Amino acid sequence: MPVMAVLTFTDMGIWCPAGDFFIDPWRPVDRALITHGHADHARSGHGRYLATETAAPVMRHRLGDISLSTLPYGEVLRIGDAQVSFHPAGHVPGSAQIRVEVGGEVWVVSGDYKLHHDPLSEPFEPLRCHAFISECTFGLPVFRWTDPAEVMSSITDWWAANRAEGRFSVIGAYAFGKAQRLLAGVGPIGPILTHGAVEATNRVMRDQGLPLPVTVQVTPDLDLKAHAGALVIAPPSALGGPWIRRFGPASTGFASGWMALRGVRRRRAADRGFVISDHADWQGLNEAIRATGAEKIFVTHGYTSVFRRWLAEQGYDAEVVATEYEGEALEAPEVIE
Amino acid sequence: MKRFAALFTALDRTTRTNAKVAALAAYFREAPEEDRLWTMALLSGRRPRRAVSATQLRLWAAERARIPLWLFEEAYPVVGDLAETIALVLPPPAHETDAPLSYWTRLLLDIAAAPEPARKEAILTAWDQLDETERFLFNKLVTGGFRIGVSQKLMTRALAEATGQDEAVLAHRLMGDWAPQTTTFAALVMANDPSANLSRPYPFCLAHAVEGDPAALGPEEEWLAEWKWDGIRAQIIRRGGEHYLWSRGEELMTDRFPEFAALRDFLPDGTVIDGEVLAWGQDSPLPFAALQKRIGRKTVPKKLLAEAPAMMLAYDLLEWEGEDIRMQPFCERRRLLEGALASLPPALPLRPSPLVEITDWQALAERRTEARTELAEGLMLKRRSAPYHAGRKRGDWWKWKLDPLTIDAVMVYAQAGHGRRATLYTDFTFAVWDGPDLVPFTKAYSGLTDAEFNKITNWVRRNTLERFGPVRRVNPELVFEIAFEGIQESTRHKSGVALRFPRMVRWRLDKPASEANTLADLKEMLAAYG
Repeated sequence: MPVMAVLTFTDMGIWCPAGDFFIDPWRPVDRALITHGHADHARSGHGRYLATETAAPVMRHRLGDISLSTLPYGEVLRIGDAQVSFHPAGHVPGSAQIRVEVGGEVWVVSGDYKLHHDPLSEPFEPLRCHAFISECTFGLPVFRWTDPAEVMSSITDWWAANRAEGRFSVIGAYAFGKAQRLLAGVGPIGPILTHGAVEATNRVMRDQGLPLPVTVQVTPDLDLKAHAGALVIAPPSALGGPWIRRFGPASTGFASGWMALRGVRRRRAADRGFVISDHADWQGLNEAIRATGAEKIFVTHGYTSVFRRWLAEQGYDAEVVATEYEGEALEAPEVIE
Repeated sequence: MKRFAALFTALDRTTRTNAKVAALAAYFREAPEEDRLWTMALLSGRRPRRAVSATQLRLWAAERARIPLWLFEEAYPVVGDLAETIALVLPPPAHETDAPLSYWTRLLLDIAAAPEPARKEAILTAWDQLDETERFLFNKLVTGGFRIGVSQKLMTRALAEATGQDEAVLAHRLMGDWAPQTTTFAALVMANDPSANLSRPYPFCLAHAVEGDPAALGPEEEWLAEWKWDGIRAQIIRRGGEHYLWSRGEELMTDRFPEFAALRDFLPDGTVIDGEVLAWGQDSPLPFAALQKRIGRKTVPKKLLAEAPAMMLAYDLLEWEGEDIRMQPFCERRRLLEGALASLPPALPLRPSPLVEITDWQALAERRTEARTELAEGLMLKRRSAPYHAGRKRGDWWKWKLDPLTIDAVMVYAQAGHGRRATLYTDFTFAVWDGPDLVPFTKAYSGLTDAEFNKITNWVRRNTLERFGPVRRVNPELVFEIAFEGIQESTRHKSGVALRFPRMVRWRLDKPASEANTLADLKEMLAAYG
């Protein structure tokens, strides 16, 4: 029996007609359900926001005085004729997949997600559904993440070698999510120094009770000699600018999924590239999609047309939808079609 | 392979020359001798004969990774390197082994002549025993193109450091025709046996470009000048009753240029001459395009021999009467060269490259402007007292090239680069105006900074009109200044011209496309310089 779509794709965002709300819209709307606090998913200007309790503090910090209500993971809320609930996506602390059920038909919006372990983020929860709306930032078979524990210990080894030479180790990582994942993952090698943008997020996350190790913010007054050989975490952009000069002949690194490609690694001109991503790799995407049991898959951002064709060959009814989500933006190489 | 992979990783992680030399030197001290030899071979452009085609590798890799070939082909341009794409798509190895590098190179040599199923079996087994970096390197052994940021010079320096040998002596020993299968580390690197390899050329002496005013080089009488010809720099070797012709790229070209065989009857044994191979007309060189027809041809048809006969204009004498005379002053070597060639029959394709008189720097500067009419690239300045150095050393040899010709052109097509530039649009096709139409006339892919390529890449993504495979037709809006060394008539190009060494020198942000040059401007240059 043909049913009305639970969600439709508009030029403002993903819309639920039965509940008259949007999910991660990119134009201002009255009511927005937000999967997580990254800028391409949580934008300013909406009338009312709904997110998980863990996602709320960072959203308030980033978006200021917004009308935001929260919903614990797993709890069902009725909006119009739709029942909605938030489930862990494993992407960053508080990130959610949003499950929408209308008249027994279940659709799930993944937002961004990963299946690999992360000491701070709630682990990804597979959900059964009829239609799954998935990202595919790393939707090519060349992306296969190594065990994050291994990557963390290679970061620690790199830091120890630099420290033995009295050099700082400066690593570029997203200020919200990746930076804290590194902090929590590298072990007791502190105190770790942080750029102001990273520290601002740290403060918010500490206040909400997330277990982050002690860090020292880099300020003009900080005595760097006393911290010689420390690990420094900064946003990727800081590594290309004048900010990094204060550390002298430091060793530099980037933490990103794109570091899996030697060409990208060499072009970033950092000494080291650490392959660690908050998005699912090729196996992760396929595994997550299989676990939903869904027949209908929409792919939103990443290597969409290639991944859609692959899914179609696997027997899914797969479609590309145009959105304004960006995924892990570190000069993403594109498929040349 | 683990030790070789560790060396590669260390080299790949640093841009500091000293760190690279240290890593290589440590490797040359510790690695098994056969591995050292293979590493030297790979880093000097020698590799095992290709056992498997790139097409077979792609098919087998896709099959092993359980993905359709089209998906592999989609991933390849994103990665930008075939060996790396294969290494990344394959499932993790079932059981790793630590056989040395030489085991894998020998395996490739052994399977080269085997039937396809056996070759496939061997490659799949290898993939299943190597980790990601080792696989990447193994694939590079198969596909060639082993560029990992280490020049032959750097490798030689590290080898000198590890063995305590003189760098210039080692550079000489590593020249020419050797292969790891037919020599040993001891024989090649450690032994001092000049007769070990009769075909071995000397390391070529190379020049830096003159910066600013050549008057800064000092008194004119300390210098000799000659034309810098636009051909193939080469050495002719006459030893043990044979003759050999080597290019600067260390390619043995003896059979491609049969006209030099006649020299065997006239040059005495124990002679090595450095010069330029050119296609020769009546009394002067033919344009490079004529020589180009002979490059890459293993055998030469009679017609081509008549159309583009080869001539060597000799610059220098390196060995005479069996004696290495490279340490003698240039003016003395030049005197011996002229003496050696004076008695040759004039019909032989070997004569001294004429000297260009230096009365004073000012007059020489004027003479240099005539290089294009002489079909030369410019002038070479060589110190009379200089020895023949191994490689590029500052101070004694300078190249003083003509300023390039330039033209402003509109970018009409863009294509992504390879390797480090795989994610950037770096290869462009340029056009000039012919009335209301744009006529493509050249491609260029170098001369801009990474920051500029980044900007252009973003622009290309937003300004694509059409796609043809990897090529995009773009809005004809961006103007670039294209520099080139020469211009020739060409029937193969729609524009009717072919350029020599085209490259971008400037992104003309100040110029709209309508102000780019015209086909008429190009034709005018062709008439003046072609």
